[in-house]
Amino acid sequence: MDKSGADFREKSKVLDAEAIRRAVVRIAHEILERHKGTGDVALIGIRTRGALLAQRLAREIQGIDGQPIRVGILDITLYRDDLSRIAPNPVVHATDIPFDVTDLRLVLVDDVLFTGRTIRAALNALSDLGRPKSIQLAVLVDRGHRELPIRPDYIGKNIPTNLREQVDVRLNELDEQEEVVLVEALPLKERL
Amino acid sequence: MALAATAQATDTAAWTRKDLLGLRELTAEEIRLILHTAESFRGISLRPIKKVPALRGQTVVNLFFEPSTRTRTSFELAAKRLSADIVNLAVQSSSLSKGETVLDTVRNLEALKVDILVVRHAAAGVPHLIAARSRAAVINAGDGAHEHPTQALLDLFTIQEKQGRMEGLRVAIVGDIAHSRVARSNIWGLTKLGAQVTVCGPPTLMPARVEELGVRVTYDLNEAVRDADVLMLLRIQHERQESRLVPGLREYRLRYGVTRERLRAAKPELLIMHPGPVNRGVELDSEVADGPHSVILDQVTNGLAVRMAVLYLVAGGGKAEDADA
Amino acid sequence: MSSLLLKGGRVVDPANGRDGVFDVLIKHGLIARVEPAISPNGAEVVDASGKLVTPGLVDLHTHLREPGREDKETIQTGLRAAVRGGYTTICAMPNTDPAMDSPGVVEFVQQAAGRAGLAAVKPIGAITVGRQGKDLTEFGELFEAGCVGLSDDGHPVADALLMRRALEYARVFGRPLIQHAEDPVLAAGGVMHEGLVATTLGLRGMPAESESVMVARDLALAALTGGWLHVAHVSCGQSVQLIREAKRRGVRVTCEVTPHHLALTDEAVGTFNTHAKVNPPLRPEQDRRALIEGLCDGTIDCIATDHAPHTAWEKDAEFDSAPFGISGLETALSVCVAMLVIPQTLTWPQLIEKMSRAPAALIGAEAGTLNIGAPADLLLIDPDARWTVEPEQFASKGRHTPFAGRQLPARVARVWCRGTEVTGR
Repeated sequence: MDKSGADFREKSKVLDAEAIRRAVVRIAHEILERHKGTGDVALIGIRTRGALLAQRLAREIQGIDGQPIRVGILDITLYRDDLSRIAPNPVVHATDIPFDVTDLRLVLVDDVLFTGRTIRAALNALSDLGRPKSIQLAVLVDRGHRELPIRPDYIGKNIPTNLREQVDVRLNELDEQEEVVLVEALPLKERL
Repeated sequence: MALAATAQATDTAAWTRKDLLGLRELTAEEIRLILHTAESFRGISLRPIKKVPALRGQTVVNLFFEPSTRTRTSFELAAKRLSADIVNLAVQSSSLSKGETVLDTVRNLEALKVDILVVRHAAAGVPHLIAARSRAAVINAGDGAHEHPTQALLDLFTIQEKQGRMEGLRVAIVGDIAHSRVARSNIWGLTKLGAQVTVCGPPTLMPARVEELGVRVTYDLNEAVRDADVLMLLRIQHERQESRLVPGLREYRLRYGVTRERLRAAKPELLIMHPGPVNRGVELDSEVADGPHSVILDQVTNGLAVRMAVLYLVAGGGKAEDADA
Repeated sequence: MSSLLLKGGRVVDPANGRDGVFDVLIKHGLIARVEPAISPNGAEVVDASGKLVTPGLVDLHTHLREPGREDKETIQTGLRAAVRGGYTTICAMPNTDPAMDSPGVVEFVQQAAGRAGLAAVKPIGAITVGRQGKDLTEFGELFEAGCVGLSDDGHPVADALLMRRALEYARVFGRPLIQHAEDPVLAAGGVMHEGLVATTLGLRGMPAESESVMVARDLALAALTGGWLHVAHVSCGQSVQLIREAKRRGVRVTCEVTPHHLALTDEAVGTFNTHAKVNPPLRPEQDRRALIEGLCDGTIDCIATDHAPHTAWEKDAEFDSAPFGISGLETALSVCVAMLVIPQTLTWPQLIEKMSRAPAALIGAEAGTLNIGAPADLLLIDPDARWTVEPEQFASKGRHTPFAGRQLPARVARVWCRGTEVTGR
């Protein structure tokens, strides 16, 4: 989501390009370690940046393991619990999971874990697609403030935040920048 | 693995209309947004669970003042796959007692708090009339000879899918252009997306000044077939014969019926389309309708995805200002 | 009745070739004197400076709907609308229920109009019994009862032989046969002009030829019989040209045009606007121009409103089933000023001629002039006023007009019928 409007101020850079790279490599190793063979593992990236991270993880895992790993892209728009409150309805993109998820061990990948509602929507969407053996969750950043009983299995970095702040993940493929920054909403009087 | 993680091109377009009344008033970007959204919905019908919760809690009414099985069923399935509640209301015009108007019916539905009205009526402009007086989103499912936007959208979707492009494509629409809402909606949609449209039929079935809609006119089917990438047939109504617009169905078939012989001069990749139901042996011979050029059943399949897309978009359109997600 | 003196207004009275500042004295309901300076001598004085003083307007074509469709309009509301629009004489069309095809119905309308005490009503009788197009009505009885012309308006007299007989027989009375010129087969099912807008909207069109074919036939019959043909609401250039040529040949033909056909084209239908659904339909721009040209060169004799009120629920319907017709009396003058006087196509005296003296002459009415001794039907018009058309403010029950929301020039400030002020009644 584009928050480049004048209502936000950049506070601090929490991850630079190198730190993001290291986090991805580390998570790739952890996934391999915990799964002991990737024959029945698939990475499911949540659009948009989660999908990019899933592709990066897949490349890392293949580099370490020598074996290709399945990657799918999940669009959770239709499963959001706030659809009736948003106007116009967000653009729907295709879910692109070119394999049957039944009996696979899935790793959901997203950029930022916040309230947990996106993950809840993703879990619902996945359960409509089949019956996976298990689902784990990998995130680049966990910023806290969960509203649902959801916890990540793999975390790039924990970043404590307050509710007025926002975590922006910028990836080269999309943003022509590579960093994670903390931005803060300006008080009303400072806007304009 | 060639997964495109983004589709930035369509992220700039947003659906802000309350209703879908016709393609004439849409921009090319809005049409592309619907087609893109339909693309995303197509996969849902291939899953074991053919249903998403997007329109949970919304009520859709199929308000059909004119009988229709295909379009009504397609909308009904589309609504159900989006988890909306749908009610079919077939109002025969004859049962509208004297003095009871279309708007009376709509006011009654308003009182029941429906969210989306899918309207079919034999008179042009009825969806507009309803849309202007109702808070509900209105989708035109065919009004007189005016427009049938979801049919044209599914045609566009099918052409795009099969030919891979739209710009510069030659599309011939053959038959009763004057009385066809499908022809009008397709003329708007195709020309906006850059296709070259030819309309073909006897002069008695051509509306006045049709060439000013940006189409070429020919009365010769062979000429229309020769350079077409897509041949879109329209259903010829038997009533036209009675109103002296064509001398007879036999003569019509000889001049304008699409037979296998006629297609000898056609391009190998020609698509044959028809909105259905086909009058076999009149505008289209069976062996062509069921032959290799025909994409008639793909049209039906795609109709579902297109109608899901339209329902999804109007369900979110026309609400208060966007509170960015 | 006391006397009244209108002082210092610009008197526009084409019948007497007058256009200048005069005082007008009214006594006993009649025009008593029109002179450069008249002393009051006890008369009530109305300051008319900066205003126009004109004869009351005369409408050849009003649908009052009573008897039969009092939900659309009554004689009372129709006449209130008339005087608001500056009309002090109107011709009531016979498509009532029952139709005005017998002296009884004619007398009913005249009595109701008399009680209203507003504009004078001149009835138009039906040409055929029940407007069925089969048997001629008793013309003599109708004219004796006060009819000033005959018409089956709403429908044409389609049967050529019947039209021939009607034209022949009406010669006895020296009154016009007013034809709604439309070939009913060519126009069948049509709801607007057959052209690009109809094609775009998928609506059934009526070609201009459905009018001109009938005009051509009727002109031939008028030439054959020597009868007086009046063509109602001419809408297209072809008809104007046919009538122009026929007049040149000496055929006894007159005709009228409506303000809306002078002002609007088929584009006004927009997206199914039933407030632009009229019959004959609004035509393209070249026809509109031809009508203005015909009005200027005298081919078209006068302007008539075709005031055709309907209920809101009837008009608030699908375009195909909404009835034809709009509420015209209260906007006619201003629309004509906007379309003709402001662009300097016609002068004020020429416009007043087309809206008062000329139609009055066609029906042989003592109206449309400020002749000494004539009934004091007159208007005070504020030529500089600007107003916005708000149909909900209409006196007419018909609230549908394609001019709703438009800002228009000139407004009728005060109205007198036979010397009695009826402003705002």
